[in-house]
Order: sequence, then C-alpha cells, then structure tokens
Amino acid sequence: MAHVSLTHFLVVGALLFCFGMITVATRRNAVGVLMGVELLLNAANVNFVAFNHYVVGGITGQIFALFVIVLAAAEAAVGLAIVLGIFQTFKTIDVRVADVMRE
Amino acid sequence: MEQAIHALKELGPIVVHPVSYLWLIPAFPLLGAAVNALVGWKLQKVLGKWIVHWIAVGMMVLSLLVALVAFRDLWTLDPEHRFLQDTLWNLVSAGRLTVDLGFSLDPLSMMMVLIITFIGALIHVFSIGYMAEEPAYWRFFAYLNLFVFSMLLLVMGDNFVLMFFGWEGVGLCSYLLIAFWYTDPEKAAAGMKAFVVNRIGDFGFLAGLFMLFWALGGAWQQRTDVRGMDYAPQAGLEALAGARDAAESAALAPVVDLGEGRTLKIGPTLSFRELRDQIVVEKPVIPVREGTETKLVSVAEYLKSQRMWGFALVAVIGILLFVGAMGKSAQIPLYVWLPDAMAGPTPVSALIHAATMVTAGVYMVARLNFLFALSPTAMGWVAAIGALTAAFAATIGFFQYDIKKVLAYSTVSQLGFMFIGVGVGAYWAGAYHLLTHAFFKATLFLCSGSVILGCHHEQDMRKMGGLKKLMPVTALAYLAACWAIAGFPWASGFYSKDEILWKAFTSEHLALLGMPAPWLGPLIYVAGIVTATGTSFYMFRSYYMTFTGTYRGGAGHHDDHAAHGHGHDGGAPHESPLSITFVLVVLGAGAILAGLLGLPALWTHQPPALERWLEPSLTAEVRFAARPHSWEWVFQGIGVAAGAVGWVFARLLYKDGRSHVPIDLKKRFFGAWTVVYNKYYVDEAYHALVVRPSIFFAKFLSWFDQHVIDWLVNFAGWLTRFVANIDGAIDKYLVDGAVNLVASATIEGGRQIRRIQSGRIQTYLYGALAGALAVVLLNFLIQ
Repeated sequence: MAHVSLTHFLVVGALLFCFGMITVATRRNAVGVLMGVELLLNAANVNFVAFNHYVVGGITGQIFALFVIVLAAAEAAVGLAIVLGIFQTFKTIDVRVADVMRE
Repeated sequence: MEQAIHALKELGPIVVHPVSYLWLIPAFPLLGAAVNALVGWKLQKVLGKWIVHWIAVGMMVLSLLVALVAFRDLWTLDPEHRFLQDTLWNLVSAGRLTVDLGFSLDPLSMMMVLIITFIGALIHVFSIGYMAEEPAYWRFFAYLNLFVFSMLLLVMGDNFVLMFFGWEGVGLCSYLLIAFWYTDPEKAAAGMKAFVVNRIGDFGFLAGLFMLFWALGGAWQQRTDVRGMDYAPQAGLEALAGARDAAESAALAPVVDLGEGRTLKIGPTLSFRELRDQIVVEKPVIPVREGTETKLVSVAEYLKSQRMWGFALVAVIGILLFVGAMGKSAQIPLYVWLPDAMAGPTPVSALIHAATMVTAGVYMVARLNFLFALSPTAMGWVAAIGALTAAFAATIGFFQYDIKKVLAYSTVSQLGFMFIGVGVGAYWAGAYHLLTHAFFKATLFLCSGSVILGCHHEQDMRKMGGLKKLMPVTALAYLAACWAIAGFPWASGFYSKDEILWKAFTSEHLALLGMPAPWLGPLIYVAGIVTATGTSFYMFRSYYMTFTGTYRGGAGHHDDHAAHGHGHDGGAPHESPLSITFVLVVLGAGAILAGLLGLPALWTHQPPALERWLEPSLTAEVRFAARPHSWEWVFQGIGVAAGAVGWVFARLLYKDGRSHVPIDLKKRFFGAWTVVYNKYYVDEAYHALVVRPSIFFAKFLSWFDQHVIDWLVNFAGWLTRFVANIDGAIDKYLVDGAVNLVASATIEGGRQIRRIQSGRIQTYLYGALAGALAVVLLNFLIQ
C-alpha cells in the first residue's frame, strides 16, 4: 500500500477548491453557489488538518477546522436567508437577475 | 600782491563763545507769524485788530530786546573773540557734510540783526496806522513777522543752508507782500515777477555754492597724487562715505593742528566759520606737486590756483554767488522786479525793498569777504556792476512821477553804491552804507507812505504839492532823509558815500577778466560822483514836487474816495496819526545820527567806530593806494559839491512848482525824455526777449504735449488694448479649452469605465480570479 503523504492531502484539498470555485463561478442557482462555497471551506479544512498532522502537530489545526465547520454552518444559514430574500424580491434564485445595485 | 594781502597780521581760527539764547531772536517773529497766520482771523473778529498788531509788534520788541542782550554780550568780549554761537541740533549729516541748525552772531551779523529788529519793529508800528483800513489785517502782520523771521535766519544762520533757507524765505515773503492785494492782477503780476526774477538769481547763488563746496574738497578727490601727513583725501573727502551721525561726520574731517591747542578743520564745508578759518589761516596744508617735488600750500593759495574750463575757479564762484546777490539786491540786469515791487503796501516797500531784504546780497558779499578777496576779477565785476547800476537807475529816477517809483529807482541806485563799496574791498564802507541807507530809505518810504495816506492813496507827485504846511512832521523827516541821501555833511549818507567813493578811487585790487585794471577804480569813482549828483537832484525834485508850492490834487478825486467809504474828514490832505509820525521822527533822527558811527578818520584821527566794530568780521585785507590827506579833503569837497549841484538844479526847476523850465526842457528833448521816462524800455525789452519767447516756447511745448506726447500715450493705450484682446482670446480658447477638455475627458472616461460594474457577482469573481492568476503568473515571470 502506497504511503499517504502530505502531498496527497494537498492535492485533494486543491481539487476540492477548484470544484468549489467552478461551482461558485458557474452555477446560476443561488443554492448551488452556496454549496460551492461549502466546498471551498472544506478544501481549507482539509489543508488545516493535513498541515496539523504532518507539519505542526498538536490539535490547533483540528480546532481551526471545527471553527470553520461552525462558521460554514452559520454562513449557510445567513446565505440561505439572503437566497430567500432574493427569491421574495425577484421571484427567482438566479444570481444573474439580482444586478440592480450596479447603478 | 599776496604779500600785501596777507602780511599785515596773522589770523587765527575764530574762538567761539557759546550762548544758548540766540535762537530766541528769530523764534519770536516766527511765533508771531504762526499765531497770526493760524488764529489771527478769529482773534481779529472776536477781539479786534488791536490784538493782531499787539502780537506782531510785541514779538518784534521781544526779538529786539534779545538782540540787545546779545549785543551787550558781544560788546563785553574782546574784539578778537566777538563770536556768539548757539547750535540747536544737527540737521543733516552725510559723510563729510554736516549742517547744524545753529545761529551765530559776529559784529557784521549783529549789525544786520539790530537793523532788522529795530527798523522792523518801527515799521510794524507804522503799519498799525497805515493798514488800519485793511480787512486782512492779520494776514499782513503774519507775513511781516514771517519776513522778519526769514531775514533773521538769513543773517544769523551759521551755514549756507540756513542762509539759503532764509534767502528763499524772504523771497517768498516778498512775493506774498508785493501781491498782498492779490485781487488786482497788476499787483499779483508784480509779485510773480519779483519771485521769478529772484529765482534766476538764486540759481546763480546755488551754482556758486555747489562749486565752492566742490572746490573745497571734491576737486581734490580726483587728484590721486594728493597725499600728506595732515591730509588723507581718500579717507577724508569721500563726501558720501558712510557717517551715521554728526560726531562721526566731524571725525571724518581732516584736522590740522595749529599748536597752542588750536585746530583747524579743512575740506568741504557749508559753515561760514569753518570756511573763513580755513581760508584765512595761512598754514600750508595741501600738498601740490610741482614738477618733481611736492610742496605744501595753504587753502587760499590752493583755491586761487584752481582753474575750471580755463577760468580761475574763485572768480567763477564769486561771480556766480554775485549773480544771486544781483537778483536779491536788484542789480543790472535783474533789477527789474524792484520798481514793480512798489505795488505792495508802503511799509513793505520800506522794510523789504529798502531796508532789509534787498541788502541781503550786499550782506552776503561782505560775509564772504575773505572769499571774494581771493579773486580781484570777481571783485572788479561786483564793483563794475554796482557802479553801472547806480548810474543807470539814478537816471531813470530823474523823470518818474510816482513818488514810490522814484524811491524804488533810488534804492536800486543806492544798492549799486553798496556793491561798489564791497566790490572795491571797502567792506565796512559797503556795510556802513547798508546801515545808513536802511535808515534814510526807510524814512523816505515811510514818509511817502504817510503822504500817500494823507493824499488818499494818491501816488502821483503831479497831484501833490504844498504838503509842507499840511504834513509838517512828514515833510521834516523827508527833508532830513533827503539831506542824508544827497550826501551833505552831518547826515549819515555823507559819511558812507564819501568813504565808498574814496575807497573806489584809491582801489588797486580790482581786475577784469583776470587782467589787473587800475583804471577801474577811478572810473567807478567818476560814475559814483555823477550818480551822487543825480541822486541829490531826483531826491530834492521829489521833495519840492511833493511838499512845496500849492496842492494840485483835485477835489473830485477826494469825493471818489469818500464815496468808497474812505473814512477821512474832508478832501484836504492831512497829517498822519501819531503811530506814523512817531516812527518817522525816530527814523529821521536815525538817518542823521547814524553818521556818528562813521565819522571819518580824517576828522577824528581814529578809525570810524563802525569800522572798528566790524573789523573782526571783515578780515580780508585789500590793497588801497596811499594818498595824502589833503586829497581826502578835496574828495569830500567834491562829494558835497556834487550833491549841492543836484540840489541847486532841483531847487531852480521844481521849487514851488513855479518854473516852466522842466516843461520846456521836456518839450525840447521829448524823444530822450520818453526813453528815460519809460525806463529805457528795459521791461519791454525783457518782454520781447525773454517773456514772449518763453510763452512761445511754452505754447510750442503745449502743442508738442497735445500732439506728440498725447499721441504716444494714446498709442500706448491702444497697443495695450490690442495685446489685451489677444491675451483674452488665448485665455478664452486655449486655456479654458484645455480645462474643459480635461473635464469632458474625465466624464467620457467615467462613462466607459462604469460598464465594468455590471452588478453580477460572478463577473466580479472572474475578475478577481484573473487578477490572482495574473499575480501568480507575474510572480513566476519575475523569478
């Protein structure tokens, strides 16, 4: 069995980040965008945990990851509330429609 | 000749006796003038005319009293040390030039001060009666006091600057008083004429003064070869070198030690005392290179050796200064203003145009006797002009009918006599004639004033006559003054005129244009004797025409005056009030008694009192020929005879107005009479030669101004406007355009750039990603 090293974790984190970014950039559905944001945050979590385990030691990175999970939950709550607000205003959750603040 | 001038006695610098009250003498009249000029009109309205003349006369009396105190102080000093000095403060300090507000009195200026204050005070008193009807009473007395102040400044100032200040001040007062009744254009014009003619003389005075200053130091400055133990010109003579105060300025002056604790300041100066000291003290101080060797010469020698444009510098200086005297003292060719000056009130004619101001020129020459004595040419010039004026003016006096005009020409003529005196080197005699003339001519003028007043402002002698019975005091005083001016013994004029003519005859000092002219003295003597005859003739003519015979004034004439509200009782002439007759008696007595000051040595075997008194001031030693005493007796006899001849002719022709000879002679020689009566048409000649060309020139300049200067000015204006228009266009299109361009470019740029803000969150994200990518790529590129 091949040895699992830091690089493998980082590659997974990077892939997660890329998927998340693509999701955020391309999805027209606001809920989809939020889900992309979750992917981005989890990519960060993977990095935190991996660096903690291979480089720093201790539990600092794992605590940070917990914080990020809590933050992601809170962010999802606020984000969904905004999505509800958008829906009530524009009768859709397509992010391209909500561009009235440009002027 | 130098031997004769200098060998007689060694002169030292003046020893100054400091006092602290001299400034009061001119200050009192100035105060009176200020009070009367500023609040006199109010005082006169509220309190009456008496307050005005009390102020004016009171100030004169105070001034006279201080002058008498000064006279006492001067009298008690040794003759050699008679020099009072009162320096108030420093006026100007510029390098070597130091001018103080300082007054000094030496015997000569003391004499002048006493004349001015004494006769001035009397004439102020006379004016009370004479000007009683004048509404602008206060103005008259303010001017009179101001005049006395200026005159005192002129004679008491210890330097040329104060003298010139007074010189101009008396000119101003003369102008103001001649044109006192300025509503009459003729009188205003006479005032202007006096002022303008005097200005021409003043120009000469100033030029002479500058040249003297330059000669005393500025001229040496150019001489790089001048060096000496006592004298360092580079350090000492930089007239504008920095000196911050009077002490520093004084320290710059080269000082020569004379021993016995006495020092001598040399170099350029405006102080009479310093000028006199450095010229009369015979100490060789100035190095002059002669060939290969350098020798020291005295300041006087040095000045005599200086030449300018080929002329002796001292002669040029003397003649220029004398041009100033010509203007002030009415000598040919600048005498023309004096007869016209008779337009002023008669007390003014007596005070300014007879007794004091017109003698300023004589005083100035006598004051600078040491300077004039250096140049026989300048002295010859002074004496010759004096003689010419004396004779010329006397002939005009023969046929004038206006009593004041007779006296005016007589004044011009007598001033000529004074210049003969100071010109031939008989400085004391010239000054003495100044004194006696002040008395007798003031008497004559005031008598004429009394007559004019008595005859209700009539000045024409043809309309007078027989006034002896009606105005006995005036007639007596007039006769006494005629006696004096005609040069009969026991009256003052005899002594002064005789001394002048005797000195003129024996003079050996004169020169013309650098050539010794021993014949000039006797020639001047002949002119003087002829003039004396003429003087006697026209004075007694005026006396007989005015005071003897029957009254020729018409009755209708008086009615005219009565209609003008001229408040006199009836038409007949009347004697003047006491304030006038009192003055006439005092001055008439003075005209006789002033002779006591100059009793000739021939009679008393000692020098005349005035000559001894003036000796410390008049240090110049001029050579006179020694003649036996018997000659002097003969010359006195000739002088008296000349006066007698004039008197006999006047008596034969004009006594009681009975003789028809004058009229017959006038018809016979009508052509000549007309020329003389019209004063040789000198005024007309001046008008044609000077006034009209001046006016023409002024008109030309006016045309030039209107057509050329104005055109240039207008062109400049047009040009400015043209340039301004161009400038405006540039501003409007170029500068404003650039500003607007910036604004519109900004607007357009904003309009383009705002498209980027689409409001789509994902577009922004693309942007952010692109940016991040670019940063990463850049990072790689740089590495």
